[in-house]
Amino acid sequence: MHHLTLAELARKLRAKEFSVTELTKSLLGRIDASQPTLNAFITVTAEAAMSQAKAADGLFAAGKAGPLTGLPLAHKDIFCTQGVKTSCGSKMLDNFVSPYDATVVEKLNAAGMVTLGKTNMDEFAMGSSNETSFYGPVKNPWDLSLVPGGSSGGSAAAVAARIAPIATATDTGGSIRQPASLCGVTGIKPTYGRVSRYGMIAFASSLDQGGLISQSAEDAAMVLQAMSGFDPRDSTSVDAPVPNYVDTLNAPLTGLRIGLIAEFFEKGLDASVEKLIRDALEVYEKLGATLVDVKLPSLPLSVPTYYVVAPAECSSNLARFDGVRYGYRAKDPKDLMDLYKRSRGEGFGAEVKRRIMTGTYVLSAGYYDAYYLKAQRVRQLINQDFKRAFAEVDVLIGPTAPDVAFAIGSKSSDPIQMYLNDIYTIGANLAGVPALSIPCGFVRDLPVGLQICGAHFAEAKLLNVAHAYQKETDWHRQIPAAYLPEKLS
Amino acid sequence: MTWETVIGLEIHAQLSTRTKIFSGSPTAYGAAPNSQANLVDLAYPGVLPVLNTEAVRMAVKFGLAVGAAIAERSVFARKNYFYPDLPKGYQISQYELPIVGKGHMDIVLDDGTKKRVGITRAHLEEDAGKSLHEGLPKQSGIDLNRAGTPLIEIVSEPDMRSAKEAVAYLKKVHTLVRYLEICDGNMQEGSFRCDANVSVRKVGAEKFGTRAEIKNINSFRYVEKAINFEVARQIDVIESGGKVVQETRLWDPDKGETRSMRSKEEANDYRYFPDPDLLPVEIDAAYIGSIKATLPELPDEKAARFVMAYDLSSYDATVLTSSKELGAYYDDVIKAIAGDKLPSKEQAKLAANWVAGSLAAALNEHNLEITGSRIDAVRLAGLLGRIADNTISGKIAKDVFEAMWAEGKDADAIIESKGLKQITDTGAIEKAIDEVMAKNPGQLADYRAGKDKLFGFFVGQVMKATGGKANPAQLNDLLKKKLAG
Repeated sequence: MHHLTLAELARKLRAKEFSVTELTKSLLGRIDASQPTLNAFITVTAEAAMSQAKAADGLFAAGKAGPLTGLPLAHKDIFCTQGVKTSCGSKMLDNFVSPYDATVVEKLNAAGMVTLGKTNMDEFAMGSSNETSFYGPVKNPWDLSLVPGGSSGGSAAAVAARIAPIATATDTGGSIRQPASLCGVTGIKPTYGRVSRYGMIAFASSLDQGGLISQSAEDAAMVLQAMSGFDPRDSTSVDAPVPNYVDTLNAPLTGLRIGLIAEFFEKGLDASVEKLIRDALEVYEKLGATLVDVKLPSLPLSVPTYYVVAPAECSSNLARFDGVRYGYRAKDPKDLMDLYKRSRGEGFGAEVKRRIMTGTYVLSAGYYDAYYLKAQRVRQLINQDFKRAFAEVDVLIGPTAPDVAFAIGSKSSDPIQMYLNDIYTIGANLAGVPALSIPCGFVRDLPVGLQICGAHFAEAKLLNVAHAYQKETDWHRQIPAAYLPEKLS
Repeated sequence: MTWETVIGLEIHAQLSTRTKIFSGSPTAYGAAPNSQANLVDLAYPGVLPVLNTEAVRMAVKFGLAVGAAIAERSVFARKNYFYPDLPKGYQISQYELPIVGKGHMDIVLDDGTKKRVGITRAHLEEDAGKSLHEGLPKQSGIDLNRAGTPLIEIVSEPDMRSAKEAVAYLKKVHTLVRYLEICDGNMQEGSFRCDANVSVRKVGAEKFGTRAEIKNINSFRYVEKAINFEVARQIDVIESGGKVVQETRLWDPDKGETRSMRSKEEANDYRYFPDPDLLPVEIDAAYIGSIKATLPELPDEKAARFVMAYDLSSYDATVLTSSKELGAYYDDVIKAIAGDKLPSKEQAKLAANWVAGSLAAALNEHNLEITGSRIDAVRLAGLLGRIADNTISGKIAKDVFEAMWAEGKDADAIIESKGLKQITDTGAIEKAIDEVMAKNPGQLADYRAGKDKLFGFFVGQVMKATGGKANPAQLNDLLKKKLAG
């Protein structure tokens, strides 16, 4: 049952081919078996999962099951889960048991989904390789010597290895799409404001957005439906109706105008990756789409812009981790300053500290105008680029990442090289537009992702466009050999 | 050499909202430590602020009352610094775009002239918690009940030239926020507090001197004392050849002095930036209009009406409008006296004297607010009526007032039961005069021999004989005639 998508699992549960309890038990077994090598989970909530599964079976028996009842999922460890450790991949929160549920968790619990556990991630979602996690790097299921991407590396690896059918994730600069690309799975970052950020531990508040890593666009549509919507507890969530994403999955693509961002094909893109992108575009042409070249002249500035805005917000967001009320506290502080300095010095890892320092610097008196303010202006320009583009085309399609998965340790000593991994994904965060990544082939036996980006609140269109491709291809059905259904369990 | 003092005030007024500015916790004062702090106030991971629109309404009310422009778009910013009573590691405040722009407040100086004090801006922000040290040896406790309580910070221009002016301005703002019912004004509980920016310069100098910011001043008396101390200190520094340094100083009420807290060099770089968790506050004309419609009669308007309609002196009008409730009480007294008509100048003045005099003294003595007065406006008007119609004299009225206060009865009942009714019967007064004259033949002879001063003696004796109840004017007339023989 582990090769099945969420949609297929839903049908089989309904047909009573197996029970939620059986499914959950089996997945928990696969998680246990994979953990020593894959390290995709920080916490497995086996007991709670089994009791949720039992309750779900009860609903099926009573004929009261909803569309998501009994479907298992994993939550990225950035989402607060009541009574369960919520570490955000950091030593700082290794001892933190959340007293409340994030809105996303609350909604998916209410929909009857079964939580298997909390997935590994880069510390405070800062990283593109999952190597900054306090809990050790997640491995790429396609090759255990490679990174899964980040920061939602645990969620991506878990779905790729079919040890969780779907997982929540978050994306501040590409943290859903880049690992989805590197692990050969589907990942969607919704429009900023579509999904509540309440209970999602903040990295960069104006960029963070919760989303999903799944096996298919159809699976993503099912769950996104349930986790979206206005939340009075998040002032930046948008009070707009949530369309039925599943209903429009099969809309025809005739007349679809696809924009190709000229700047993305100019340089830095691996030639074999580019070939697969071009192949995918041909599939779309066959489905009735037309290709249009578009220019987003400010987009190449997105990486430097991001690395001013995101650290600035992070430096302030992470100030609350001071060892006073919760989280890591240094032993025997001799005074207040010592408590602050050592709790933060010992509790945070190197990448988090680097970003806090960068952010503190760009907000400092005398530098604010030159960095933060200027970055905000560039952000406006990038926003306008996207606006202009979406006046011409329905979606923008291009690569998700410049290359396939890289070796663990190969980029961790060079932050700039690491940051360039997000060169194609950051723009969508700066502009707040939705984007997803779907698998579109393999280079050197490693998966490559195709990125599809739309206008604000165009999630239904993105899922429709992705689903159309997934009906024509089976890249998304590929499973790493070591994790085939008969393996592991 | 003569010096001029330059003062600007930053007033922090806690807004009387039921819940906090960014969370649903209650704001009531005095609860057990940390019993009114929820996950948002404690800055738990993942929580987000949600603006309490009631705080916005109150800030707009204030802005309109000081004639300020209300910003169509104002922005919350984060003020970043570490302190244990600041759970998020930043305070949500407003920085570049405050909700209330330039306004003003008029104060009356000692010589009766009016002075306009400019208000630079007023912005919304959240209060911090409190660190507790008492009873905790070698430890500090933190109480986050106050964390997140809404504040409006009112920043004045450096327009005040003496501690007295500063106090007058502070009192005026204090009166206003209570009129508007946006702050309870309780300085002891810290609901209304101020920092003073103080500098001195030579008279005639154009440039301001270097200023010191004095913090922790929590009473009107201390404001005056702290400023005067600081002015003397700065003059002393300069006159002995030194330079005033820009710094933050703490007022120590026990020692009656200010002392240095931190210099400009040690000042925090707060790294303000717009809070990405909150949307800009957008306010349109319709909203402003709806709030304008709810504004009460403001102190200056009320005082002007008292002068115009009741012919009161500007001093009396100011005293009677020092609180909304006092002004309303006075209006009620007038209404009970004159009904829908305007009172005579004499009636208005009599009422003003009693409200600001005996009544205020009694309230003061019993530590009561006007709303807790044991004599309501209608009863006081009843007493004033008996003075006006000569039933009792002003002197007897004081006794009646005291009895009314003590017994909770109206004036007529007291006058009746104590037999305090004034004697206006000519026969009765004449009889008393005759008796006094008969008893004091020596004085009578002296008076008739030209010792006019003895008239007072006879008045006193007759009053004594009538228990003070003889109508004074009648007594005067009759006594004069009788003594003349």
